[in-house]
Amino acid sequence: MEGLSPWVIFFASIFTGNILLVYFLGMCSFLSVSKQVNTALGLGLAVTFVLTITSALNYVVYFYLLEPLGIEYLRYIAFIIVIASAVQLLEMIIERFSEPLYINLGIFLPLITVNCAILGVSLFMVIRNYTFIQSVLFGAGSGLGWLLAILAMAGIRQRLNEKKIPPALQGPGIVLIISGLMAMAFIGFSGIVQIQ
Amino acid sequence: MPTPKTIDIIKNDLWKNNPVTVQILGICSTLAVTNIFINTLILALGLTFVTAFSSLVISLIRNIIPARVRMMVQTLVIASFVVIVDIVLKAYVPNISKALGPYVGLIITNCIIMGRLEAFASSNKPSLAFLDGIMSGLGYSYVILVIAFFRELLGFGTILGYQVMNPLMYAIGYSEGWIQWAFMIMAPGGFFMLALFIWIANNLSTMKISHKG
Repeated sequence: MEGLSPWVIFFASIFTGNILLVYFLGMCSFLSVSKQVNTALGLGLAVTFVLTITSALNYVVYFYLLEPLGIEYLRYIAFIIVIASAVQLLEMIIERFSEPLYINLGIFLPLITVNCAILGVSLFMVIRNYTFIQSVLFGAGSGLGWLLAILAMAGIRQRLNEKKIPPALQGPGIVLIISGLMAMAFIGFSGIVQIQ
Repeated sequence: MPTPKTIDIIKNDLWKNNPVTVQILGICSTLAVTNIFINTLILALGLTFVTAFSSLVISLIRNIIPARVRMMVQTLVIASFVVIVDIVLKAYVPNISKALGPYVGLIITNCIIMGRLEAFASSNKPSLAFLDGIMSGLGYSYVILVIAFFRELLGFGTILGYQVMNPLMYAIGYSEGWIQWAFMIMAPGGFFMLALFIWIANNLSTMKISHKG
């Protein structure tokens, strides 16, 4: 992965390799928090923020701490601790410095620790052997891709409120079908650039 | 809180309150691998193992965990079991372990495990918690296995890697054999198959209720 420009990875992680629509990561909060555009935007921004920071932190932890010591098998535990503490720290910093930001963003932060997308990005970064810059942009791009997907879904679901849906499909069923359609639309991007 | 009956736990976890179709939990980490049956099977076994044993451990230490750090303790217990699964898979089925990639590690953030620990194991005896862990694991497993079975069959035309659709197509006189249905292998196929499963499951359970009433 050395030769790939970080911006190509950034672009690819938003469109062609969307973390949600291609890799199914972050589905739980995607299904439950996509009812309102405003809350979806808040959660999406929080996810992007946390993803960027944790991919940088986890990169340092993995390549400068775990690998030299030969304890890569502990990466799951290390990553989850880094993510949980980063989220906790962020919550405290935001609470201390910006009241309005805390009210808008803060309530979503605890939800993020168990968002699969955060851990997933860190694991992908290790498997694909990204450099530091590539990892950070991969994190930011994946966050933006997730934001894009949940925002689109929230918009569609608000419109869907007045529509008639078969009772057995109401709720998650119809959301999954719409996600499937969105994923099909995103396949259209796949000719542009491909990352593995 | 009254002690739940064993039979109720089994019924709830497998059908009435199925983690996937009713609670829509934990589809994140595994939907991606459901295009090949054997990978799904391995991951489902791993997940059942982790759910059962972390339920057992959390239930054993439920009275000594301080409430404030509860989540952290639960996550660490889950992560430790996932490390075990990861190492075992790497040692015995290296090819599948490679194909699963990050999705083994993502068992940690699978909401089902955390959900069962929080809702059941932290307030029930170890034996029941262990049973509940196994049963939710199985309730989850059979759903994704059904999805994987059809995605592999329709996508690659195979069952467990054995070509079955080709001979079938020849038998009905179609000489080109089975043409891979790429849509089923890719992400949208997973979304649609799960939606279809939920649709059918919901219809079945509402039919049952209307028959009774």
